[in-house]
Amino acid sequence: MNDLGWIDAVLTAARPQAVGALLRYFRDLDTAEEAFQEACLRALKTWPQNGPPRDAAAWLIFVGRNAAMDDVRRRAKQVALPDEAAISDLGDAESELADRLDGEQYRDDILRLLFVCCHPGLPATQQIALALRIVCGLSVKQIARAFLVGEAAMEQRITRAKARIGDAGLPFETPGAVERAERLATVSAMIYLVFNEGYSARAGETATRGTLAEQGIWLVRLLLRIFPQEPEVMGLAALMLLQQSRAAARFDDKGAIILLEDQDRSLWDGKSIAEGLALIDKAMRHRRPGPYQVQAAIAALHARARRAEDTDWAQIDLLYANLERLQPSPVVTLNRAVAVNKVRGPAAALEMIEPLGSKLSSYFYFHGVKGALLQQLDRRAEARTAFDRAIALASTPAEAAHIRQHLDHLDKESA
Amino acid sequence: MLYAILCYNSEAAVGAWSKQYHDETMARLHVVNDKLAKQGRLGPVARLLPTTAATTLRKSGGESLVIDGPFAETKEQLLGFYIVDCASLDQAIETAKELAIANPGTGSYEIRPVAELHESQLPVQRKPAA
Repeated sequence: MNDLGWIDAVLTAARPQAVGALLRYFRDLDTAEEAFQEACLRALKTWPQNGPPRDAAAWLIFVGRNAAMDDVRRRAKQVALPDEAAISDLGDAESELADRLDGEQYRDDILRLLFVCCHPGLPATQQIALALRIVCGLSVKQIARAFLVGEAAMEQRITRAKARIGDAGLPFETPGAVERAERLATVSAMIYLVFNEGYSARAGETATRGTLAEQGIWLVRLLLRIFPQEPEVMGLAALMLLQQSRAAARFDDKGAIILLEDQDRSLWDGKSIAEGLALIDKAMRHRRPGPYQVQAAIAALHARARRAEDTDWAQIDLLYANLERLQPSPVVTLNRAVAVNKVRGPAAALEMIEPLGSKLSSYFYFHGVKGALLQQLDRRAEARTAFDRAIALASTPAEAAHIRQHLDHLDKESA
Repeated sequence: MLYAILCYNSEAAVGAWSKQYHDETMARLHVVNDKLAKQGRLGPVARLLPTTAATTLRKSGGESLVIDGPFAETKEQLLGFYIVDCASLDQAIETAKELAIANPGTGSYEIRPVAELHESQLPVQRKPAA
């Protein structure tokens, strides 16, 4: 039986906790990673024969810490610690360690590990690459492939990012409540970046870039396990799961984007939807709304509509109004206009987005939406101008192809 | 006699399965499922969403409290269950072993005799969707 596949999963699952604890011991990212790596090698040697330890993370922390200290002592020509084969059943030592590390400390270790990836001086792509390397344990090769760059370039990028956070100094003091909440918000944003980097992939890239969306979901589940009562973390998890549930329906055979309304809903993933809906339901019971929860609630209304025409646009309009208050941004207003169009018609929607023209003048979706609204109002020449502008701004062939369909439609109407 | 086979495993580890490992394991479990179904021994089977999706209602002294998360924080979590008709405890243990072989790695299978099973009012093969 494929035992290695299972051991691999156990090591991946234990990684954030183990590397987080080792980072606390050694206060150095490279030493912590090397200690974990060494512990993994020993696990691969002893687990298949001796059977799995009861608490894999505690075993890896214990063995990793000893290996790193052993290394230091060997250099100091002292007596080595006993071989881990003799301590594969850690017994008392393991349970004592596990007890000492339980609860809050584990949580803060994992949160710290996530947080060090979010250094504000690092550009988003470097934060994402670091999280994938350090927390998820993806190889540099895998990360390079997901970012569509060479392995050497990615190696350099990660090394530079690590040096940067090393210079900045890592936060080892136990965070207070306020600081913990701030870290949680920063980490949540970083995890959403990881997800979006994959989710916004073009058609045809999803095989490699899609990994990033899956890793984002893996990370948000990790965050949710250590903060099971935070409604915004539930909201973020729900949002990502509900978006991801549509992955198979988002592009046509030619790679053009299929709008939510036109997607084949039978391709939506029922299991992701069920989990997303369960999480947003749980979150809303707390009555502490936040931007992720509102966005997830909007996604949930789409997920609940069996057919596009069943969508509760009035409720979506209200939720976007809510989001505008919580997180004012022209993009949110633009999204709201799409709902307003459904509820109150294209004239009202156009009126809503016209003031956004200066802020969103180089935003592809603004011109796409504007063109579609003008088209509905039968202002064809203006619609064509907006669509032309959108095509000029399209960053992917899929975006351009989508707008071209609109233009074809205009041509047919004029003919 | 009917037995519930309650499947416990590390949710974090199962969540870290590669897609290939997931698909292979599910395929092996389906073989066991199919065999039990052909023998007319398979009752309801459920795979549960992660415990992060769970809510627990705790009642003490008339007051009930709604808590996020599973009933108990444990190293291994209840991930799903099978209801199986078995002639004896030995057969139930054999069936649990077949599931354990199909799903390698760690994991525990609690074999609980069923006292009563009420007929399901749900449409058969209900998909876990909206």
